[in-house]
Amino acid sequence: MALLEVNNLRKYFKTSRGMLHAVDDISFTLEKGKTLGLVGESGCGKSTTGRAILRLIEPTSGAVVFDGVDVTGLNSRGMRRMRQDMQIIFQDPFSSLDPKKSISHLISEPIRESGIIRDGARIEARVQELMDTVGLSRRLINSYPHELDGGRRQRIGIARALSMEPRLIICDEPVSALDVSIQAQILNLLEELQESQGITYIFITHDLSVVNHISDEIAVMYLGQIVEKATADELFRNPLHPYTKALLSAIPVPSLGDRPERITLKGEITSPVNLPEECRFRKRCREAGQECSSGIPPQVEVEPGHFVACFHCAARAG
Amino acid sequence: MPANDLILDVKNLAIRYETEDGNVHAVNGVDLQLGYRKTLGLVGETGAGKTTTALSLLRLIPNPPGVVECERMMVAGNDMLRLPIDKLEEIRGNDISMIFQDPMTALNPVFTVGEQIAESLEIHERLSKADAYEKAMQMLETVGISRSRGAEYPHQFSGGMKQRVVIAIALACNPKLLIADEPTTALDVTIQAQVLALMKALKNKYDTSMIIITHDLGIVAEVCDEVAVMYAGRIIEKGSLEEIFNETLHPYTEGLFNSLPNINDRMSKLRPIPGLMPDPTNLPVGCTFAPRCGYASAACLERQPRLTLMSGTHYVSCMAYDDPGFAINRRKQ
Repeated sequence: MALLEVNNLRKYFKTSRGMLHAVDDISFTLEKGKTLGLVGESGCGKSTTGRAILRLIEPTSGAVVFDGVDVTGLNSRGMRRMRQDMQIIFQDPFSSLDPKKSISHLISEPIRESGIIRDGARIEARVQELMDTVGLSRRLINSYPHELDGGRRQRIGIARALSMEPRLIICDEPVSALDVSIQAQILNLLEELQESQGITYIFITHDLSVVNHISDEIAVMYLGQIVEKATADELFRNPLHPYTKALLSAIPVPSLGDRPERITLKGEITSPVNLPEECRFRKRCREAGQECSSGIPPQVEVEPGHFVACFHCAARAG
Repeated sequence: MPANDLILDVKNLAIRYETEDGNVHAVNGVDLQLGYRKTLGLVGETGAGKTTTALSLLRLIPNPPGVVECERMMVAGNDMLRLPIDKLEEIRGNDISMIFQDPMTALNPVFTVGEQIAESLEIHERLSKADAYEKAMQMLETVGISRSRGAEYPHQFSGGMKQRVVIAIALACNPKLLIADEPTTALDVTIQAQVLALMKALKNKYDTSMIIITHDLGIVAEVCDEVAVMYAGRIIEKGSLEEIFNETLHPYTEGLFNSLPNINDRMSKLRPIPGLMPDPTNLPVGCTFAPRCGYASAACLERQPRLTLMSGTHYVSCMAYDDPGFAINRRKQ
C-alpha cells in the first residue's frame, strides 16, 4: 500500500479579483522510502501543495490519506500526533529559525513540545545524537543561528524535522538558498538519511538538475495542476507535454558541446485568478489547437507509470 | 595583448572594508584583462568577491568603509583611478553600465518604466525630453516589450519583464562595457532562457563587451568566451571557456563541477567540497583553499601560490602543479 495518497486536492484563495486557483485537482500516490519531485516555476502551486498536504494551510477540498488515515478529517489533537510522522524542511534557513533561540533549544523544541521525551538529560543526549546525524559539530550546541552559515542552518532545519522520527518529510526548496558546494553536501545528507531511515520525501524545487538527481518520480506542475508525471529517467528521456519539453530544454547545462534545440516559450505564466475551463498552458503552447480550449485535458497514462495531461500528446501516444 | 586592444585592464586590485570587527579582505590582488566584444564570466560562490570587484570597476565602493587599492584600472580607455567625480558620472551608464541582480529593487517604483529608460538618454546623450522618450520606447521594443506599456509602473510588470526594462536602461546609451551581476538568478528557468537569449543578441548587435557575474556554470557555458574563477577574493584559475570546462586545473574549480548534479547521469554521486570558505577578516597565510583541498601539502599551508600560465591562455594558482606529474580527478560530465 502506498504511504501517501493525495486525491483531488484543491486549494483556492478568495481574492478581490476573484478565485485564485493555487492548487487545482491534484492526485498522486507515493510509496514508502521513495522520493517524489514536485517541479515547476514560481506560482505554479508546488509549495501550496506541500503545505496543504500537512494542513499548514487548510485544503479547500480533496483527501490526503497517510498510511490509511485521511488527515483532512482529523481534529487538532489527531493532527498534532500525525505531524510527528509528517515533517517539513523550509527553503530559507535564514528566516525559518528563531534568532533568539540556541541550536540546542531549536533542535529540542519539537521533542519538548510533543513530549516524546521528558527527561532533560535524555533530551540533551537526543539533541547531540541528531547533531551527529546531520553533521553539525557538537561544539555548536550553544550557538545561535546568526553565527552559522546557510548550510549549517539548513542542517538545523533537517535535525528539527528528524527529531520526530518522521516517515514523510516535505522538503520545500531545501537547497535553493545555498551555494553549489554546500548544496551538494545537503543533498548527499538527505539521500543518506533516506537510505538509513527509510524516509519518504516530497521534494519541491524549481531546479531541474537537482530534481532529476534526487527523485524517483517527478511531477511537473503548471498553474496548479500536474501536467506530467513519470519516473525521473522516463521524464528526462521521453518528455511528452510541451511545457515539460520547454522546461527541460531551458536548463543551462554546465558542459560544452552539442546541446538540444532550445524551445523558447512565448510570454509568461498567466494569472491563476478566474481561470477559464481550458488547458492552462494553451496560450503559451506552440502545439495548441482548437480542442485545447474545449476543456481541461484529463491525465492519461500513456505508458505504465507515465501520465500526461495534454490533448495532443495523449492522442499521439495512444 | 597590447593595452589599447583591451576594454578592461586591471592590475593588482585589492579591496578591504574597514569595520569595527576588523578588516574584511574582500578582494586580494586581482588582475583582469578583457578584449573588445568579449564576454568574461566571473564565477564563484557567495563571498568570493565577485560583486565587490565589479562595483570597483565603476568606482561604486563606498568609502568608508571600503578602501580600494590598485596599480592600474583602465576601463574603456578611462583611467578610473584618477578621474574626478563629475567625469565618473559621465562614464557611468554611458561607457560602462551595470545590470544588478534583483530587478525587483533596481527600478524606482514612482516613475514609469519609460521615464526611467529616458533618464539616462537625457543625461548622457543630451536629448530633449520628447526625443529621449521616443528613443526609450524603441529600446523597450528592442527588449521585446510593446511600447504601449512604457507608461506603466514597475509594479505592473512581472520579474522577467522588469529585468528586460533594466537591460533596456543599461543598454540605452550603447555602453562599451556591460557588467551584469547575476542577471537571471531571480528568474524562472524558462524566463532565464528568454533573458539570456536577449542579452546575447543585443551584445552582438551593439558590439558590447560584457562581464557576467554568476555562480551558475551552466550560464557560463552558454554565454561566456572567457572565465575567471574567484575564491576568497582571488582569481584562482582563468582561461578560455574551453580551457576551464574541458581542461580544468584548479582543485576548487574541480570541486565546483563535482558538486553539480549531472543531468545526463542521475545516479552519479555528488562530490561536495568539504568545509566552508575562510573568514575574510582572518584569511589563512598560505593558499586560501588549502584547508578544504584534498591535494594540499604542507607547503600549501605556508605559502601563497601565484597565478601561473600553464598553456595557451590558461592560468592557475596552485602549487600542486610544481610537480609536473600532477593531475586532478574531475568527474566526467
